[in-house]
Amino acid sequence: MAWFKREKKRIDQPTPPDERRVKTEGLWTKCENCRTTVWKKDLEANWRVCPKCQHHFRLSATQRLELLLDSRWVEHDAALASSDPLHFTDTRPYAARLKDARKKLGMADAIITAEGLLGGRSVMCCSMEFNFIGGSMGAVVGEKVTRAIETAIARKFPLIIISCSGGARMMEGTISLMQLAKVSAALARLDEVRLPFISVLTDPTTGGVTASYAMLGDINIAEPGALIGFAGPRVIEQTIRQKLPKGFQTAEFLLEHGFLDAVVHRKDLKTYISSALDFFLA
Amino acid sequence: MKRDHRSEEIEKLEREVEDLRRLAGPEEPSGELDRLRTEVLQLRREFYEHLGAWQRTLLARHSQRPYMMDYVRLLFEDFHELHGDRAYGEDPAMIAGFAKYHGRPVVVIGQQKGRDTKQRVALNFGQAKPEGYRKALRVMHMAAKFGRPILTFVDTPGAYPGLDAEERGQAEAIARNLREMARLPVPIVVTITGEGGSGGALAIAVGDRVNMLENSIYSVISPEGCASILWRDPAKAEVAAEALRITARDLRELGIIDEIIPEPEGGAHLDHEVSAALLDRVLDRSLRDLLALTPAALLEGRYNKFRRMGQFFEAIRT
Ligand SMILES: [Zn+2]
Repeated sequence: MAWFKREKKRIDQPTPPDERRVKTEGLWTKCENCRTTVWKKDLEANWRVCPKCQHHFRLSATQRLELLLDSRWVEHDAALASSDPLHFTDTRPYAARLKDARKKLGMADAIITAEGLLGGRSVMCCSMEFNFIGGSMGAVVGEKVTRAIETAIARKFPLIIISCSGGARMMEGTISLMQLAKVSAALARLDEVRLPFISVLTDPTTGGVTASYAMLGDINIAEPGALIGFAGPRVIEQTIRQKLPKGFQTAEFLLEHGFLDAVVHRKDLKTYISSALDFFLA
Repeated sequence: MKRDHRSEEIEKLEREVEDLRRLAGPEEPSGELDRLRTEVLQLRREFYEHLGAWQRTLLARHSQRPYMMDYVRLLFEDFHELHGDRAYGEDPAMIAGFAKYHGRPVVVIGQQKGRDTKQRVALNFGQAKPEGYRKALRVMHMAAKFGRPILTFVDTPGAYPGLDAEERGQAEAIARNLREMARLPVPIVVTITGEGGSGGALAIAVGDRVNMLENSIYSVISPEGCASILWRDPAKAEVAAEALRITARDLRELGIIDEIIPEPEGGAHLDHEVSAALLDRVLDRSLRDLLALTPAALLEGRYNKFRRMGQFFEAIRT
């Protein structure tokens, strides 16, 4: 375990004018929602929220921790990696997919679990990485979240899980499915000792992750516009043989149907969680 | 297909043995015939023992396979169904009730598929909605309150993936069942009788014993679904079924299930009475074992059972 020091990105300072003059294609990006062209550095400085329409772009697992934690954290179980228990191969071997993802992202699987401070308070925080095989949950994600919960219980820390996942990882078959039960059983124990669990659902949170820990928070909150559901939109369309209504399975839809406590803008996320922890623990 | 081909060969051999027996007449001493007959039986046994994952998937989905209510009829007495989730409605795809099992009061929970088109539509093909999972949990809580064991029977393609199910919180309903079942202080024996389809199956399958019928399957996704996502070709379902390792034998090896319940040769659909009798042996023994434990020991055991699942990782350098 090592302490990492992360520089907080500055939200207030505009990009220096001399940098703006270097206008190559790669420095600009189009907002996937309002089509406005945005200066990439401005987007990053704004925690990847479109300055024009407030569309929330996806964050990496590390950026999430930077957003929420007070600049330092200790990562747990960073070296846990899948052993490819089924020796699974579809159009490519799962082992090769794992190797690529590890190399590209510099992490062993689709989640970072860490202890750190949030508003000066010790917390256990799990942050999922969508770019690692769709943020899917196999044995490693299940084990790391379970260990994080057990650590929270042992050290009396509150728990925060930021979900960003397509669900259970198919390449580990029924083993992946069992992780839903394993993590949920650990959450029952967290519940017994009355430690708070705040679940943050981000775009997208679907399948087995929604159907286990993401929906089991004392408080469940989501970012605006996030896709949240059990079945994927395509599967539902195939089942009911019709197009889905606009806004179906968005965070706002879930709020309206009574399954979220709040939809919270990214800029307010840390303050919101901090207030909730004050309520639970003060 | 190779296996279907072999199945035909066995049937042909069986017919030939029968013909020979008839030709030989009743009083003929028939050492040679007996030898032949034993060989054919041996072939048959080997054939069914080595059925592939896809063949077992087809057996698991067989429309004449015994369903939960068949087992209830054959093994339980005094069954009374309990309806409704006390919040939204009644889901016929999920059955809950109380009954006597070998004289002991128990709660039974399970999905029920239909045998013909009309029934299937009425029961939504055994795909429960949130109110079904909430009904199941309500009845399980009731069992816990009165110290009654819970026996669940899993047979579903999955939780219903429809618009209304999403609106009413399918994911939340399943998640809650998983967490609550982990701490119900009464014995829970789970039997996968047919299709164990993903979260919709698991939502009534967090138990102290999880047993599977020989030709049932238990999977994170259907072979067809997996094939169309990973292979981008639903026709690869057979390959996907094999790769996902969804058979009882696979899952026993992976430490995910406890016991394999044998079926009559050729599949449970061929003889419901014998199937029920074979299930009864394992079910009764599982329940007896658990009744000997204190609630604390039960809960500790249940936690550790699932806690151990998925010790499939290694430490690597990142
Ligand atoms: Zn925009």
